[in-house]
Amino acid sequence: MAERGIREYDAKRLIAKALPEFSDGKFRYDAKCVLIGPETDMDKVAEENPWLKTEKLVAKPDQLFGKRGKNNLLYVNKTWDEVKKWIRERMNKEVTIIQTTGKTTGILTHFLVEKFVPHDEEYYLAITTHREKDTIHFSTKGGVDIEEVWDTVVTLDIPILSNIEEVDVEGFLPEELGDKKKKVAEFITSIYRILVDYHFTYLEFNPFTFVGDEIVPLDTVAKLDDYASYQCAEKWGKIEFPSSFGMPPKTEEEKYVEELDERTGASLKLTLLNPKGRVWNLVAGGGASVIYADTVVDLGYGDELANYGEYSGNPTTELTYEYTKTILKLMTKEKDPQGRPKYLIIGGGIANFTDVAKTFTGIIQAIEEYADKLKETNVKIYVRRGGPNYKEGLRKMKELGERLGLPIEVYGPETHMTKIVSMALSEKKR
Amino acid sequence: MEDYELFNRKTKAFIFGTQQRAGQRMLDFDYLSQRETPSVAGFITPTGEGYYHLFWGTKEIRVPRYRSIEEAVKAHPDADVMINFASERSSAETTMEALETETIRTVVMIAEGVPQRDTRKIAAFAKKNNKWVIGPATVGGIKAGAFKIGNAGGTIENIKELKLYRPGSVGFVSVSGGMSNEGYNICHLNSDGIYEGIAVGGDVYPATTLLDHLLRYEKNPKIKMMVCLGEVGGTDEYEIAKAVKNGEITKPLVMWVTGTCAKVLPGQVQFGHAGAKADREEATAQAKNKALREAGVIVPNSFDDFGEKIRETFEKLKAEGKIEPVVEPTPPNIPMDYSAAVAQGLVRRPTHFISTICDERGELHNYCGVPIDEVIKKGYGIGGVIGLLWFKKDLPKYAREFIELVLQIVADHGPAVSGAHNTIVTARAGKGLIESIISGIVTIGPRFGGAVNGAAEHFTWGLENNMSPREFVDAMKAKNVRIQGIGHRIHSVENPDARVQIMIEFARKHFPKTPLLDYALAVEKVTTMKKSSLILNVDGCIGVLCVDLLKNLGYSDKEIKEMIKMGFFNALFILGRTIGFMGHYFDQKRLKTPLYRHPWDDILYDVPEKPDKVENVEK
Repeated sequence: MAERGIREYDAKRLIAKALPEFSDGKFRYDAKCVLIGPETDMDKVAEENPWLKTEKLVAKPDQLFGKRGKNNLLYVNKTWDEVKKWIRERMNKEVTIIQTTGKTTGILTHFLVEKFVPHDEEYYLAITTHREKDTIHFSTKGGVDIEEVWDTVVTLDIPILSNIEEVDVEGFLPEELGDKKKKVAEFITSIYRILVDYHFTYLEFNPFTFVGDEIVPLDTVAKLDDYASYQCAEKWGKIEFPSSFGMPPKTEEEKYVEELDERTGASLKLTLLNPKGRVWNLVAGGGASVIYADTVVDLGYGDELANYGEYSGNPTTELTYEYTKTILKLMTKEKDPQGRPKYLIIGGGIANFTDVAKTFTGIIQAIEEYADKLKETNVKIYVRRGGPNYKEGLRKMKELGERLGLPIEVYGPETHMTKIVSMALSEKKR
Repeated sequence: MEDYELFNRKTKAFIFGTQQRAGQRMLDFDYLSQRETPSVAGFITPTGEGYYHLFWGTKEIRVPRYRSIEEAVKAHPDADVMINFASERSSAETTMEALETETIRTVVMIAEGVPQRDTRKIAAFAKKNNKWVIGPATVGGIKAGAFKIGNAGGTIENIKELKLYRPGSVGFVSVSGGMSNEGYNICHLNSDGIYEGIAVGGDVYPATTLLDHLLRYEKNPKIKMMVCLGEVGGTDEYEIAKAVKNGEITKPLVMWVTGTCAKVLPGQVQFGHAGAKADREEATAQAKNKALREAGVIVPNSFDDFGEKIRETFEKLKAEGKIEPVVEPTPPNIPMDYSAAVAQGLVRRPTHFISTICDERGELHNYCGVPIDEVIKKGYGIGGVIGLLWFKKDLPKYAREFIELVLQIVADHGPAVSGAHNTIVTARAGKGLIESIISGIVTIGPRFGGAVNGAAEHFTWGLENNMSPREFVDAMKAKNVRIQGIGHRIHSVENPDARVQIMIEFARKHFPKTPLLDYALAVEKVTTMKKSSLILNVDGCIGVLCVDLLKNLGYSDKEIKEMIKMGFFNALFILGRTIGFMGHYFDQKRLKTPLYRHPWDDILYDVPEKPDKVENVEK
């Protein structure tokens, strides 16, 4: 999956852990914060973190979305009792937030509570990563919607093959920092080193501030490269990659497929889009699965697309059987209220080395089991696939249709990959 | 080779990893393309060296294996490609090492899951040094009729069908490795086929981009048109639009960016590829397709008419006389691999080996059809396992317990018996576990431990010939054979052997019937009349009870006799006693006992002064 957002709580935890080491002891950040989830025992948290009862606090949702102030979800300079009440009132409640990308509705489940830090300066620091370089963005006008003051932001590129030590960080910082310039430069250098070593792909403090001589990040956004989880297992500790805010909660079937996926080196994915949709995809391969879904949408039937999913990496017969069964179960749950047929697209490109006949064995077993239900639900099946041993696989499919009296149309590589989609959908118009 | 070419018909490559099958597929492609020499120079396999045996047509050839990139490069300075199958954990490191050599120019990273920063470094390093990296997370690519990367292009049948053994006019590049083969197919169906095809891989930052390869194709005069399959996520496709606009790309380019369905998906569904995620408008497939169309790229309305656009473009070029007609070579025949023929049901072959007691090929291996986890969960125990593997039977509880009882009883009988003695002597001679227990086990036979089998045989013979106990004892006496399983050094009628008592008690309580035990005890009555120590001993008791057990389990007399002959009963003794032998071995090693030497005063030396001389006898 590569770049994945992490909770502000985890980001601060990692920075607090790494900062002394990567600043040669120049900086220390005592991350006074706790994460409150739906199951958290708040009294126990207060016992373990006595500062909660003595300090003034800030509370905010910690679910990978920003603009919390603007959405009235920021609770500042409050006591623990006030915070507890505020969180309890919002926990597991649905809210609609407005972001630059538009409106999103989701359920609040996680809150960050941290020590309130009275401050004057609000600085902006972000490090973005690109193909050939990392870019450091800095402004003394942080704490606001940074796009509004974008002309105050200065940037510094660090080419991927060079080290931060070779770069004049102090030089790029604005003069108005005055005597704080050296300190800020050292801080940025340390944070950059952490970004590299901890495989962050994005890191933003908007803002960070000074408390006396110490630097404190106030609002933090971070993404990690989860491909580095092997190299960083000890550094990251227990890390969570929450799904983005507003994702509908996973259905039982989706969770089941996730379990299947975890059991194997092969890949099995399922996202339910519209359980009442009439076009169901059972497609091999990450690339091909997108194209099949695309084609349904491009032909104007996006509202009928029931699922997105794929199986690839040569799953065993048992796994393909379980995976297929899950999809068949979903699509035969109910008939179309208007009695129209449903379509199962068993698609795929020309496999490089997956044995097609073998993967089809699992699919065939599942279809056999669901034959009656498929007939009841008026399901038409379209097959298109190529690759090792595909002729045998297609023959078995054809034979299956004849044997069970199911409408199964079977095509090989001589037919354009997505042709079966238009065949099914043009049939649909009739 | 021109700088825009990565491979030709003479290209030699290393395969990093134990990937004989990928190597074989490359060699088959080479042979089909009528290359003069195989394209695989060698394998780099840190876990071993030597050779892999691969086929070149029908001939078997040896392809060398090296432990390190350094050794391989030294042995084959003409190889300039490394196909890196190393896992995502070591792919970056080995790729860097290869790029640092003087002779390797192109590295293909197959692994998926290489950290972005590592790939970015590799990409920058390669660019700086005029080298090429394809991947990560790719199947590679193929240069028709010249060179095939690993598993790209799929099976040999597919290569034949798509005529990948000879070049066409289309330069193809895609993100997805899985879709590349389909791409070659689409080009095959709608043009004279690909000249070259590359999948750059589905990562956020593939080491070389779609554009990098399109620019190579642009420079190659043999390539007349280009086909590209992009993906939602990232912004690399805009670079292509820019290159078309500013004239860096002039050849007709048919391109489609997949992922137009993203707009109907909730939140941010992550597709199969790491790079396929649109978190801003410009990364969406729609925006990219639009920008490309505006730049002058030929963009279909959906993937569905991708092929038609390719056909139109190709036909136009053909009409303009820009396409040279392809000379169709006749590719040589490649024998089908035995395994492929089996999979397709084309051949059969008698086997030379058979197993009817277990199968380790499934997800969980089984003992006589019982999966190993069930063996544990259902508490089969050692007795149950022996039942499955020796008898091929799911034994009732009493039978399992009896077997375990026997094993416990025979496990050891002190250091003085021949087997334990030998084990100890061998251990003290400094030998290892295996040698020591083997030297103990080899003493087991007719004189030591063999009484179990012997007793079973003797008493069975008596019983089945309907001899009365007295007749049996007399018959044995007449034959001058000692009845096996009768008699003990210490124990007697007055001082019974507790082990025998326990077994008899167990059998009386649990065995449905005990005919041979009853017979043996009747015989004992006769023998002990003569001498009180001529009792049924442990070996005898085990022997007769084993026969009774087998009868209770439904075996016929004939089958039981065969089992005795095979050594079934001895097997119980050997298995049990090996526990004791191992104990003696460990005991000696722990005690660090020195070499054993038998004392002189315990040996009778009775050597003649001189040997008998054998005189020559006259012929």
